[in-house]
Amino acid sequence: MAQRAIREYDGKAIFSKHWEKYFSGFHYGFKSVLVSSGDELKKKAEEHGFEWLKQEPLVVKPDMLFGKRGKNGLVLFKDKKPGDVSLDVAAKWIDEKISHPITLLSGQHGTLTHLIVEPFTPHSEEQEYYISATTVGEDDVLYMSTEGGMEIEDGWEEKVTEVVIPINMKNANIDHVVRANAPTDLPADKKESFISFAIDFFKFYRDLNFAYLEINPLVMLDDNEMAILDLVARLDDTAGYLMEDEWGKIEFPTAFGMEDQSEEEKAISEADAKSGASLKLTILNPMGRIWTMVAGGGASVVYADTIADLSGNVAELANYGEYSGGPTTGETKFYADTIFDLMTRFKDPKGRDKILIIGGAIANFTDVAKTFTGIIYSLEEYADKLKNVGVKIYVRRGGPNYEKGLKDIKEAADRLGLYMEVYGPETHVTDIVRMSLENGE
Amino acid sequence: MSKLFTKDTQAIFWNNNTSAIQRMLDYDYTIGRETPSIAAIVAPTSSAKFDKFFWGGEEIMIPLYRSTSEAANEHKNADVLLNFGSFRTAYDVVMEAIELNGQFKTIMVTAEGIPERRARTMNQAARDKGVTVIGPATVGAIAPGAFKIANIGGTIENIVNSKLNRCGSCGLVTRSGGLFNEMSNIISLNADGIAEGVAIGGDRFVGSVFIDNLLRMESNPDVKYMILLGEVGGAEEYKVIEAVKNGKIKKPIISWCIGTIAKHFESGVQFGHAGASANADRETAEAKNRAMKEAGFYVPDSFNDIPATIHAVYEDLLSKGVIEPIVEPKVKSIPKNRKVRNFICTISDDRGEEATYCGIPISKVATPDTGFSIGDVMSLLWFKQRYPKWAVEFIETVLKTVADHGPAVSGAHNAKVTARAGKDVVSSLIAGLLTIGPRFGGAIDGAAKYFKYGYDNNLSPKEFLSYMKKQGIPIPGIGHRIKSVRNPDLRVSGLKKYADEYFPSHPVLNYALEIEKMTTGKKDNLILNVDGTIGVLMVDMWKELNYDDDEIATFIEAGALNAFFILGRCIGFIGHILDEKRLNMPMYRHPWDDILYDIETAEI
Repeated sequence: MAQRAIREYDGKAIFSKHWEKYFSGFHYGFKSVLVSSGDELKKKAEEHGFEWLKQEPLVVKPDMLFGKRGKNGLVLFKDKKPGDVSLDVAAKWIDEKISHPITLLSGQHGTLTHLIVEPFTPHSEEQEYYISATTVGEDDVLYMSTEGGMEIEDGWEEKVTEVVIPINMKNANIDHVVRANAPTDLPADKKESFISFAIDFFKFYRDLNFAYLEINPLVMLDDNEMAILDLVARLDDTAGYLMEDEWGKIEFPTAFGMEDQSEEEKAISEADAKSGASLKLTILNPMGRIWTMVAGGGASVVYADTIADLSGNVAELANYGEYSGGPTTGETKFYADTIFDLMTRFKDPKGRDKILIIGGAIANFTDVAKTFTGIIYSLEEYADKLKNVGVKIYVRRGGPNYEKGLKDIKEAADRLGLYMEVYGPETHVTDIVRMSLENGE
Repeated sequence: MSKLFTKDTQAIFWNNNTSAIQRMLDYDYTIGRETPSIAAIVAPTSSAKFDKFFWGGEEIMIPLYRSTSEAANEHKNADVLLNFGSFRTAYDVVMEAIELNGQFKTIMVTAEGIPERRARTMNQAARDKGVTVIGPATVGAIAPGAFKIANIGGTIENIVNSKLNRCGSCGLVTRSGGLFNEMSNIISLNADGIAEGVAIGGDRFVGSVFIDNLLRMESNPDVKYMILLGEVGGAEEYKVIEAVKNGKIKKPIISWCIGTIAKHFESGVQFGHAGASANADRETAEAKNRAMKEAGFYVPDSFNDIPATIHAVYEDLLSKGVIEPIVEPKVKSIPKNRKVRNFICTISDDRGEEATYCGIPISKVATPDTGFSIGDVMSLLWFKQRYPKWAVEFIETVLKTVADHGPAVSGAHNAKVTARAGKDVVSSLIAGLLTIGPRFGGAIDGAAKYFKYGYDNNLSPKEFLSYMKKQGIPIPGIGHRIKSVRNPDLRVSGLKKYADEYFPSHPVLNYALEIEKMTTGKKDNLILNVDGTIGVLMVDMWKELNYDDDEIATFIEAGALNAFFILGRCIGFIGHILDEKRLNMPMYRHPWDDILYDIETAEI
């Protein structure tokens, strides 16, 4: 991974931590808390420094990487009228929202676990601005608008000015181009402040290794008081080792709904985390007919592509994943066990044989015979189940010691009475997909 | 630059990744390269001067350096840097290499996960200087039959099977390194192999992109058609489409973007690399495949049909005579059993018809008519080159000057006592030699070391004296028991006279003499003695012979200066031993009355 989304709360915490260094001409209060339940919120309100939770009207939103929270009816800012949400009301609302799974307009489905609570900021629409920065192609681009809010995407072209900033542009030039390209409709009394904030914002985005940073709306109150009403941020996590102190303890949550991984996926990703090798598994359709066990990242993509293309029905593809980077025999067996277990749970509803693709490109330096040993152990264990559900196995692999690997696995299949066809580098890498599909018809 | 690499290309390998380097050398040997593709290795934390590798069945040494600049300086013809630094160090290595006087034309970066901003900074810096960056996050590139980077292509067996041992006619560019091998195999099965191949790397920001490589291949006469294997995400393929549309690329292109599967799933499932995520419709594999097809690329219907497409394009070009059939070259096979040598010799060889000193047969140096004297032979065997006459004669002058200093000095005394005990010449000589060290003869080393330090660091004589005071030791090479300013040591006078007449210059001697003025001002006998004079003149000699400071320091550390004393004094010791044998003196026993006995009875 490289660019990873962070919570709104964490993004604001990073702002707050570096505010004096980058935005010394402005003030920001950073009154935000991140909670998982109403109880937790109430406890927080008793802590020193968080008295405002009891004193000020509140706003509550989920903080789980998804947008359009207002449109999903997931922003609490009024009880009877806007700006009257008390601590009790907020706590009750949170408890209700976390008590059941929800489905967003986008179709994402899951349960709320993290919510951000902040004071309600009374302001007028004129005080709202938009600012964001990201990388487009090889350059950074700063986007600015005098119109903040949810509707920014409609009429983006007219509303938003863009400033392209190449990677090697010097600070003085950055000041110059931002100033020269600032929105033309900035009100006279806010013009200087906004431009100077925008320049600071870009440097903050750049120095802190953000990949994407958006404040919408940014509210410019009187006396250079800034309110960050909503924030979306992605960090370049490869810079993590440089940013240990700057980011503080940062969490990269998975996308909403994605945390509902199956036990098997979780087990594989735990094994992956512990291993120097790479083990990845995503279950696309547990009832799918075609299961893959593919070595290598590139190869796993082309097998998935080819299965979708040639089967004409992507629902046939049960899983996506890879094992690579020289896994041990034990790790390979565990990976195979997981897949064999999953694919032998159900018979094909149409009564066809299932297909198992043990595929891979020509390895650079992985000993094929060695990795196949783990698969053979697993075949021995699952032979009966595989026969019971009806499985045709297709193997294709090349690389160091592949002749022995192919011979060993074929012998094992014959001994165990499993249907298996075995191919080496003389056969096109994905051609076993075609063969397996034609054979099934 | 129409070709990325040629058969003469040499690289500097950053990080001593011995297995990858050995694979490169095995490749070189297999394809019949004359020189190894690795000129030098940068190993920042190693103190070794070289590492051994196999060249076929023989072992060769590849020099090791602590820094890129040092390696580059010593190997000016190496214009490729293979940067195998980790994601933490790779950026600094690239930035330093770009600045090195434009020596490096190509820099390959293998590390995955360099911070994006750093990757962009180094890629831009390289572009500004016209340096081609391959990677980051890549297995590299290959020009079959000429040069192969590290592990690309896999094992030697696979390389030969995939015809990566000789130039074919396809230019291959992929993003994925894993599929590069597979594509090479497909191309060898369905066409005649590749002429040049690059895996551009899987990170989001890579130095050279598809278009950079394809434009170069367009101008490479060996490349007759090209294959582009892209991936979902990014818009780099559109630059290629643009180049085809405006006629910059005319050679046929076969192309395919992998990751068509992604369209079937909501975001969240990451199919492939870090860079492989479509941010817009036009970045999907499907849209790119469609656009390339519309632009006239050869785009199969599915990845599975790539072999057929390649075969058709190849056959077409073959029938048109654009591609000519290739006669397969002979492959040199690597011996199965390779023996690691425990000893290395770089000075003499006794395996041929006649033994040689640095390649020169002994008969060509032995007799007077050859013009070689003993000093010439010493310079050959000690320093691996024949020194000019003035230096050879200086060496001989030193030997003669130190040959003996009477029977009373400790070494001669020991040799005599041993000889009188009835021991043979070698035992007696060793007994004498064992006294040579910091107190006897060792001042030559010390004098050379400290006077060189003072001179190199521009210490004024006064600063030098206070520096030596801080070291807490007397200045080596200064002071004599009897001799003084008014009663000079004639050996020293002779050496100085020789240097004045025959050395091109002797700044370190001059420096030492300035210091002598100060020390003799304090005490009359604090003169530059014979050890000191020899020490500083040796440094002057080496400086004049264009050795750099590190090399001279290595000589001093290795004890080469004392070696002159040891060799010279052997002559004297052997003289004393033979003298004893001739006189047949009895066993020596030291008289009691010359020993102070002062023994307290130990408590039991």
